[in-house]
Amino acid sequence: MDLLLSALAQIARIAVPYALVAVGGTLSERSGVVNIALEGILLNSAFGAAVGTISTGSPEAGVLCAILAGASTALLHALVTVRGRADQIVSGLAINIGSFGATRALLKALYSSASNSPRILEHPIEPVPPFGLLGPLGDVIGQPLFLAALLVCLVVHRLLLRSGVGLLVRAAGERPAALDASGVGVVGVRTMAVVLGGAIAGLGGAWLAFQQNSFTDGMSGGRGYIALAAMIAGKWKPASAVAACLLFAAAETVQIRLAGRGIPTQFLQMIPYLVALAVLAGWVGRAVAPAAIGRPYRRGQEEG
Amino acid sequence: MTSRRLLLPVVAAAIGLVAGALLAGLFGARPDRFLILLLGETLGSGYGIGQVLFKATPLIFTGLAVALPFRAGLFNIGAEGQMMVGGFAMALAGIHLASVPGPWLWLLCVAAAFLAGGIWGAIPGLLKARTGAHEVIVTILLNFVAAALVNYFLSRSYALPDTVRTATLGEGAWMARASDAFGFFRGSGLSTALPFALAAAIACDLLLLRSPLGFHWRILSGGLRRARYARLSPGLLSALSMGLAGAIAGVGSCYYVLGYKHYFEEGFTSGSGHVGIAVGLLARNRPAAIPVSALLFGVLSQGGLVVNQLVPRELVDVIVAAILMIFISLDARSREGGLRWISS
Repeated sequence: MDLLLSALAQIARIAVPYALVAVGGTLSERSGVVNIALEGILLNSAFGAAVGTISTGSPEAGVLCAILAGASTALLHALVTVRGRADQIVSGLAINIGSFGATRALLKALYSSASNSPRILEHPIEPVPPFGLLGPLGDVIGQPLFLAALLVCLVVHRLLLRSGVGLLVRAAGERPAALDASGVGVVGVRTMAVVLGGAIAGLGGAWLAFQQNSFTDGMSGGRGYIALAAMIAGKWKPASAVAACLLFAAAETVQIRLAGRGIPTQFLQMIPYLVALAVLAGWVGRAVAPAAIGRPYRRGQEEG
Repeated sequence: MTSRRLLLPVVAAAIGLVAGALLAGLFGARPDRFLILLLGETLGSGYGIGQVLFKATPLIFTGLAVALPFRAGLFNIGAEGQMMVGGFAMALAGIHLASVPGPWLWLLCVAAAFLAGGIWGAIPGLLKARTGAHEVIVTILLNFVAAALVNYFLSRSYALPDTVRTATLGEGAWMARASDAFGFFRGSGLSTALPFALAAAIACDLLLLRSPLGFHWRILSGGLRRARYARLSPGLLSALSMGLAGAIAGVGSCYYVLGYKHYFEEGFTSGSGHVGIAVGLLARNRPAAIPVSALLFGVLSQGGLVVNQLVPRELVDVIVAAILMIFISLDARSREGGLRWISS
């Protein structure tokens, strides 16, 4: 029982950043904007959480900084691709390259260390009381940030697939010209979706930084890309993407639990990536992306 | 049109450098000193020029590995992993077959890298054709798998004690160092891998623009339906395009394994695969233009090391990102008929 609870706790802990990034990415891509920049967004927001908390001493301020860092990185992506109509994949890659450089450079400038920040908090964040009964699982899912993440995923799923606002976002990704003809600006809708997606992914960055209680160089460690794979595996539906994230997190938990039992660590490291590959290539089949994804929209231009 | 093709990347690079210098100002360095140091220490001495050319060499290969599939409508983010796998195969050939004489050993090493990189590159092409898995995500994931796989074999059987490098390759596989022939380049890592890279660029240009295969690739980039009308096999063409790209990236590891250190070392690629994307784009994915674009990034790569005394060298990554962003923004604008001041 204890073993099960602690395994579940581990899965939940690992799944949080994946899920937030995948949901943020889904929001962006349903509006028609490919978002490879999520890796950089995750990194920048983890950095924001660390700097915000260390300089103010308040974790709430840290979370706010993480959200701001995620949203403003996403805003850059939106300005260049939605407003500037530049290539979305290249913009995302450039943001990732730049974010790795910028966070490292700032780490050196602020804390004179090439690899990590000082500890973020003196004491870990306590879980909300009623969850204390659940033991190790309660320690994870009782954390305010976890509850917030869960709420965000549920709300986005509902909003995107079942509300009028969600319809606008989906129309921007499927039929931008039709949306435009109905009097709603495609550029505005896409920009909002990308920035909101960045803010949500930023919450994932905060989770990463708080779990480790410091910012380390390159700490996003490919999670943004795995989350993108989960988003595709979930066929661009938030709840299904979260389910795929849980699967990947379970694979990673298996990896961690098998460590030190004679299986070479490098093989264990491969597990999440291989699972992601297998899911993408095998189970998903031809996932159908939003029709207008990757294509910049300009009023008066024909859809081709 | 022609002037736009040439001018836009230059303008993007210039704006990016100026923006980088201003950014250096925020880090407490004088922007003019930053630029003078960056350019002076790279292009102002034999050693500097040699190092720039040395750093540009792998970027020519990885730039080609991005440009070739791009012309077939595929985006290869996997050059990093392909170069790593190829370099490891190259080292294994050079170690195990060390007794093979002279140029034959070199040829075997290059062939091993070509094959290994090619297979690694063909996987995403095949997966895309068979299952529709998006090559961007697949190549990214394969980069991580490649790193873990190579690291496993390295640490288990091939690394010298307490290092992350293999034994030294047989001498027959070594490529000549420029500093041995020309004292001018003394101390730099430049080797005959550079002319090899230039030859690869010319070969790719001919393949892409003058051969039936290149023509088919360009049809494929117009979409699956068009390719089927032309009775082409999209699956085979994508696998071939990605496979060749992987092979080129794999062979690119010769700049280090055969030309510089003469052994395989973990992390030797140091991001060449990712910068290759920028190199390819700025050359507008035209193979013949890639060496020029690689030169710019060679300056930035070597420049990062020399500015480290003023500002954290990672600022150069930010400059690379800025140049990319500025370039794609200007490019999009000029496609729509704007920017007459550059394009007319």
